[in-house]
Amino acid sequence: MARASGDGYDAGTQSAQAVQPVQPSEPELVQLLTPEGERVDNPHYSIDLTEDEYRDLYRDLVMVRRIDTEAMALQRQGELGLWASLLGQEGAQVGAGRALTGRDFAFPTYREHGVAYCKGVDPVTLLGLFRGVNQGGWDPYDKGFQLYTIVIGSQTLHATGYAMGIQRDGGDGAVMAFFGDGASSQGDVNEAFVWASVFQAPVVFFCQNNQWAISEPLEKQSRIPLYQRARGFGFPGVRVDGNDVLAVLAVAREALERAREGSGPTLIEAFTYRMGPHTTSDDPTRYRLAADLETWKLKDPVERMKAYLSRNAIATTEFFEQVDREADELAAHIRAGCLALADPDPLTLFDHVYASGSSLLDEEREQLASYLASFEDEKAGAHS
Amino acid sequence: MSTLMLGKALNEGLRKALEDDPKVLIMGEDVGRLGGVFRVTDGLQKDFGEDRVIDTPLAESGIIGTAVGLAIRGFRPVCEIQFDGFVFPAFDQIVSQVAKMHYRSAGHVKLPITIRIPYGGGIGAVEHHSESPESYFCHTPGLKVVTCSNPIDAHWMIRQAVACDDPIVFFEPKRRYWDKGEVDTVTAPRGLWDAAIARTGSDVTLITYGPSVKTCLETAAAAETEGKNIEIVDLRSLSPIDWETVLTSVRKTQHAIVVAEAPAYSSLSSEIAARISEKCFYELEAPVLRVTGFSTPYPTARIEEDYLPDLDRILDAVDRSLAY
Repeated sequence: MARASGDGYDAGTQSAQAVQPVQPSEPELVQLLTPEGERVDNPHYSIDLTEDEYRDLYRDLVMVRRIDTEAMALQRQGELGLWASLLGQEGAQVGAGRALTGRDFAFPTYREHGVAYCKGVDPVTLLGLFRGVNQGGWDPYDKGFQLYTIVIGSQTLHATGYAMGIQRDGGDGAVMAFFGDGASSQGDVNEAFVWASVFQAPVVFFCQNNQWAISEPLEKQSRIPLYQRARGFGFPGVRVDGNDVLAVLAVAREALERAREGSGPTLIEAFTYRMGPHTTSDDPTRYRLAADLETWKLKDPVERMKAYLSRNAIATTEFFEQVDREADELAAHIRAGCLALADPDPLTLFDHVYASGSSLLDEEREQLASYLASFEDEKAGAHS
Repeated sequence: MSTLMLGKALNEGLRKALEDDPKVLIMGEDVGRLGGVFRVTDGLQKDFGEDRVIDTPLAESGIIGTAVGLAIRGFRPVCEIQFDGFVFPAFDQIVSQVAKMHYRSAGHVKLPITIRIPYGGGIGAVEHHSESPESYFCHTPGLKVVTCSNPIDAHWMIRQAVACDDPIVFFEPKRRYWDKGEVDTVTAPRGLWDAAIARTGSDVTLITYGPSVKTCLETAAAAETEGKNIEIVDLRSLSPIDWETVLTSVRKTQHAIVVAEAPAYSSLSSEIAARISEKCFYELEAPVLRVTGFSTPYPTARIEEDYLPDLDRILDAVDRSLAY
């Protein structure tokens, strides 16, 4: 039976000892698929999917990578103001995203495009924020996918509160809070751990440790493996190979089930690598070695799944070609959708500040409207 | 109609809110078994249970951040920040998340969160327990900010705030918690965003709110003995402000003085003065004056009376205004 036991968590056997220097135990990495595409066993986690399901996961990985590639291109061509690339994190996001069911709610950062895809969110929906035509603006209740949160770590508290709400209204879903290695230093994330633990809230903390918080390596955030922090808060933590979609899916499913059945939170550290820049405004050549990137390319989450499918004759060349064609269609849809995102009317900047309106905003809207109209009058006058 | 202290009037209002809507929750430090350090939530956990009146871990950002999640789930959290000076650990969640979520989501996500903050000085407390941070929140689009000055307003304003679909920062004048007044719990005296004329007069308008309203009423009584007839506007809602009531009064008296405990520099009192100057330029017989706390951190207890606007400083301003 699978259990979240990456650090051998057992609250009952802790004994009082003199204060010792920090001695992190050797990280255990849950892996079910090696970088070469070979299946391996894990004593605590297993997964058994149909051939269709394996192929679907591969398709997801390709689609998610293609979303990212197309959005990067749109940014370089000036159609997006910014893009936060997820390149290299497809396995972590598809594994977590496919573990979520329709009744579960996801609280993302600004990089969870793959989770959004798995949740059924049209990728075009995500572009408004990066094109600068809205602040997100989608309905989170539609797919169970909360708006992107840009302040680092804030959403982990929101996720925990939402999970406390499920406890109070008798809902049967769970919540997944996404964040990164940098966020693990934020007070809000640590407060979320305290809250979730004390209230045994049905929330899974899914940390994509992509090794870099813009230019700062993990050593600037922590002296122990991040998953081991969970122990101090009183719940299990587990480190999973974030580039192994099968292992992530297995670990995330287990943690979500644990949350749904009332056993409280789990911290999952998906060990992965940000292959691209932090965002399109970043230049990673200033702070990291190209050789590191080459090492991680050998662990590519998409290629390893492709190798697995090929070696085991689960998919044919025709299938891979078909998936590539579907990815091309998705890219064309994203491009067309992006170009169709028109600039909003200036007066809409006053919309939705309040649910119950505001006399101050009514006044300011009127002022801007008449100011803008004065130019129209001028133009009309010039033409007459 | 019954006579209640302001704190008890809030307590009764919260009780009514909990009764009226099963989605209303109360959360904060010591709000449960203890009933809050000022006893504003006294007895509520006993009657509504630990799931609805929640003693939280001691972390203010956590209180507000989890309230956001609960509100997304459909609840109406009423969060208590124990003292004014302790709101700052939660400041980021309030201004970056609570205030912006409705805008960010284009109206899809409503956050009906009420954030109760006992505020103001005059209780002889240590540092961080006597501040007036309302201007920070009034300056933040997406928040509404209100404050009560008497028991009946306390009772009705908390009920109206909890029922509102927008996030509201609800400032409670802590040194007035023990003031008594008649409270009609059947009919609300006015809407949440409406200012009140706390005293009718003809010579000078004092524009004030929260704990300073009582100080202004005492000032007006003293001034009357000198033949000066002071009108007092109790703003009640600090964002938005009921400008019609303010400007109508100033146009009548042609003299305006803003009274508040918070420092004047770059503050709500400055906004009020600027707005009156802009809108009543031709009617004013004197510049708009401000009687406020000074531009220092809140001082130590033994000299706080010199910091707080009191009867003499307000009378002095009245004299200066009338002498123009």
